[in-house]
Amino acid sequence: MSGFKSLKKRRRIQVIVLAFAALAVSTAIIGYAMQDGINFFRSPSQVAEEPPSPNERFRIGGLVEEGSLVRGQGETVSFRVTDGGASIPVTYTGILPDLFEEGQGMVGQGNYINGTFEAVEILAKHDETYMPAEVIDALKDQGVYVEPDAAANGGAVTN
Amino acid sequence: MSIWEYANPKKFVESTTPILPWLFALAGLSLVVGLVWGFFFTPDDFRQGSTVKIIYLHVPSALMAINAWLMMLVTSLIWLVRRHHVSALAAKAAAPVGITMTLIALATGAIWGQPMWGTYWAWDPRLTSFLILFLFYLGYVALWEAISDPDTAADLTSVLCIVGSVFALLSRYAVNFWNQGLHQGASLSLDKEENVADVFYQPLLVCIAGFVLLFLALVVLRTRTEIRLRRIRALEMRARRTGVSA
Repeated sequence: MSGFKSLKKRRRIQVIVLAFAALAVSTAIIGYAMQDGINFFRSPSQVAEEPPSPNERFRIGGLVEEGSLVRGQGETVSFRVTDGGASIPVTYTGILPDLFEEGQGMVGQGNYINGTFEAVEILAKHDETYMPAEVIDALKDQGVYVEPDAAANGGAVTN
Repeated sequence: MSIWEYANPKKFVESTTPILPWLFALAGLSLVVGLVWGFFFTPDDFRQGSTVKIIYLHVPSALMAINAWLMMLVTSLIWLVRRHHVSALAAKAAAPVGITMTLIALATGAIWGQPMWGTYWAWDPRLTSFLILFLFYLGYVALWEAISDPDTAADLTSVLCIVGSVFALLSRYAVNFWNQGLHQGASLSLDKEENVADVFYQPLLVCIAGFVLLFLALVVLRTRTEIRLRRIRALEMRARRTGVSA
């Protein structure tokens, strides 16, 4: 009797192991097939290489280029988004999120028209840096402040 | 072999009776300390201002939402292989707690996302797989309720749990797989610890401990309830069969 029982148990374990293998394989295949579809945004280099048609709505993601942000045209702002390679000019009318800054990551949705990305929505990307404001101020006073997230953020955004 | 003694329902109830009040007390203590410390005694973040404080609810609840599913996966596998009823009941008991954790994480994430990212919700790989995990939780509870035979229900929900674990793992590691999306990477992995300054990190650890303890306490409590519920049903059935009015 006990031999019979352990055989059943062994069969159950075999079926479970098989099920996990099948699940892993099918997940991998789906992930592989949808690789491009799952991409949340395109990088400026991708957009520069294959410019999408003006009526295609897509997302672009990258860093806001230092010194490119121009405000004060009414409610419209313009800046350039870069991934280290290409750099794409962006215009946007609306309210920017709190974390939007030069040198930081952003994701914008809109259309690419005549070499300019006309955004209808701008989202700011947050990196994993959490630092008290006072510490940053003190570091800046002493002149030893280095962007803690510059490397990590660039790596994450440029894919 | 000794650990399987606790798979005996009677032994499980007996041995958890003295532990349970301690679990609740410790959970309450660390939650109060962690949340009060986090909300009132931490400085503002250099870019997020005081919005950073939502981390003390968001990170622990999202962590436990995923861990709860993985715990259900382990107990479901134990049920499938060894047929211990307590194990299946522990998975059943954990699901509503996991749903609550998922809801807390979704709500706090949306509240944080609106001012910081500029949107309540984005179809980012990590957010999407977390939402699918939430739907799996709902389906899991519904499947338990839909099948009247307890053993069949335990078998089928175990299979559902195995399939759902894909999304539990995806919502944790989607950032690493695709390296793209809106959601930031892990705030808490061991090698990236320096990204979170100690003043924010220490109360966060206390909050996580609180959420883990609260989860354990609730699951143990709910498992005991499920065991007793099943015992009552068995007694009622026996009474009906022998003709004694229950």
